[in-house]
Amino acid sequence: MSTFVDRLLGRVKLSGWLALVAPLLAVLFAVVITSVVLLATGKAPLETFQALAQYGSQPRTMAVIVNTGTEYYISALAVAIGFRMNLFNIGVDGQYRLAAVVAAGVGGAALLPGVLNIILIVVVAVVVGALWAAIAGLLRVTRGVSEVISTIMLNSIATGIGSWLVTNHFGVLRGNELATKEIPGDSRVPGMALIPGTQLQVTGFIVLALVLGVAYYVLLNRTRFGFELRATGQSETAAVASGISVKKMIVITMVVSGVVAGLIGMPELLGASYKYSTNFPTGLGFTGIAIALLGRNNAVGMAIGALLWSFLDNSSDTLQLLDISKEIVAIMQGVIVLSVIIAYELVHRYRIVAEQRRVSRELATPQQAEGAAA
Amino acid sequence: MRSACVHRKLDGADTEGEYTLLRNRVSKMAAATAAGAMLMAAAACGGSDSTTSESTTGASAPAAAAVKVGLAYDIGGRGDGSFNDAAAAGLDKAVTELKVEKKELEATQGETDAQKEERLRLLASGGYNPVIAVGFAYSVPLGKVAKEFPDTKFAIVDDPVAAPNISNLLFAEEQGSFLVGAAAALKSKSGNIGFVGGVDVPLIHKFQAGYEAGAKAVKPDIKIQSKYLTQPPDFGGFGDPAKGKTAAEGMFDAGADIVYQAAGGSGGGVFDAAKAAKGLAIGVDSDQGALPAYSGVKDVIMTSMIKKVDVAVFDFLQHYVSNTVKEGPTIYDLKAGGVDYSVTGGQLDDIKSQLDDYKQKIISGEITVPSS
Repeated sequence: MSTFVDRLLGRVKLSGWLALVAPLLAVLFAVVITSVVLLATGKAPLETFQALAQYGSQPRTMAVIVNTGTEYYISALAVAIGFRMNLFNIGVDGQYRLAAVVAAGVGGAALLPGVLNIILIVVVAVVVGALWAAIAGLLRVTRGVSEVISTIMLNSIATGIGSWLVTNHFGVLRGNELATKEIPGDSRVPGMALIPGTQLQVTGFIVLALVLGVAYYVLLNRTRFGFELRATGQSETAAVASGISVKKMIVITMVVSGVVAGLIGMPELLGASYKYSTNFPTGLGFTGIAIALLGRNNAVGMAIGALLWSFLDNSSDTLQLLDISKEIVAIMQGVIVLSVIIAYELVHRYRIVAEQRRVSRELATPQQAEGAAA
Repeated sequence: MRSACVHRKLDGADTEGEYTLLRNRVSKMAAATAAGAMLMAAAACGGSDSTTSESTTGASAPAAAAVKVGLAYDIGGRGDGSFNDAAAAGLDKAVTELKVEKKELEATQGETDAQKEERLRLLASGGYNPVIAVGFAYSVPLGKVAKEFPDTKFAIVDDPVAAPNISNLLFAEEQGSFLVGAAAALKSKSGNIGFVGGVDVPLIHKFQAGYEAGAKAVKPDIKIQSKYLTQPPDFGGFGDPAKGKTAAEGMFDAGADIVYQAAGGSGGGVFDAAKAAKGLAIGVDSDQGALPAYSGVKDVIMTSMIKKVDVAVFDFLQHYVSNTVKEGPTIYDLKAGGVDYSVTGGQLDDIKSQLDDYKQKIISGEITVPSS
């Protein structure tokens, strides 16, 4: 018995390996479930996945996948910052949309020329995102309002304010579309022809996304702030005991999350549509939650998750050419997230049991432990 | 990571509780999403079997002699009981009468312009010609794709985007709305009527403006209550009957006796509220009093403002088949018979001559209906 436990404990690295395998298994599991659904509706699973892969591997589609994935990734980072501290920032969606509206309005007014205008737009977006997120943080620390509830409500309020701003202040009517003034040509962020075989450019904001990813890793794992954030997330009582001001941490974390959230709409605003209209993408904040869960708040994991999610979203149209409902990818996405959560939960529980056994074993043989300490 | 587990174990009760709550919430959310998606997909798959049986499979099929029509829907797609369904009806008619083949692609809520663009490109590059984009949301994407495929004919509903190979199918919604507004004012006993718009967007403002102008033309001091269900970019107001019902209930409670809805799928709720309040309602887009889906409430549907998207789509396809496509805007107004009011149920029989007077005045230009 003990040898079995020993063997298990001897493979602590296996846990790390498991952590990598779990999402892969989850994806495989999703493929199986999706295949069952496809078979039940009389479609050929193999043909379906081939079609997805074929369309998704075309250069043009790849560029679109990277572009959408960039937005997804930034959104996932914004969500993950909160997650690491047990803060459930559902309000990323409202934060990025409100930030984009105000930034689009300011940018469209062209108060500054060229690059200065780009900087102004980004700064405005970041500030609006941060302030909007700060409301939820302040409500939590002053009135004890759960950020889950307040951010959901703030999403709704953000929609209302955004619509009011566009209708009454920033909006220009063109056909049936009400949109902010277009950001002038010299204040746009150019794309890069990264993927050979297509003229479609990859958004310049991929650089920002990569920088944010690295910054996220460094901030959380290599700074005192990151340590305090993770400590507070793991145990508030322990954090208080070690002199961390939990209230301060909650507000700061929400603000940082809001700062990143403010950037989510920038690739679309400065790199694609140049205006905020009724067609501005919505729901990116919720996609970010799913990807943060999928990537387990890990900078690299979330990048892979964002690309996977984007691949599924962008390849789904081709299924309709085969008369397969595009919602089949929604099933895949749902099952992937579910199975990742379950897989990690199993790994997590297994670790706790293993830890308990290790501790009890060490307590049972104190001399060995002393010897090890010496 | 090891220490993290120990910490979790040692957490205070509050944090642990929150953590569990959070996990439960996430799992529930994911489960609901997955289950919902499965149901939707099952329904959609079941439907697609019967609706697209005549089409070929795959874009790689060699170009046949038959015309291959590609159609991209707005959010909601086939089965929304309103706008998209009207386009689908036109397409179906063309499939039966003109023997064209069809391929329909649906949109996703909240998607980017780039994703809409790829959808149109997928159709055009797959050899579908003509390609029809349903809804003004395709405006910018279509402008780009049309340039890349100069040999493909495109049509777009509700948008004026211009290119040598784009036909714009536009409607004078305000003119049809003027007539139902006049009908409401003539029929109202309380002098108090209502308007429920799905989403607060310029397109729906046209319905409201025409309705108000029509009502005021009959009775200048009439009281008109207006409400929009959601604000953009939240387009949920086009598919939420519960919201429509609440809004209409409020209007009936405040003294209105007739409510006009331009709210897509939310309209059913307005009809339910009218039935409960023993009031009347006015339908939109299709002749909703004649639709089987609304047979239970057809006695409260006084009339409907008909926007003949089906006619426009069919006309366009007919012109394509006979090689007489007209590029640029085609305006479907009262004169062209593109908008109208319905007389199903016979509730307007006593005022029909008055309404037809207004109709003639609009057609002759004597009355200009505001569109905002």
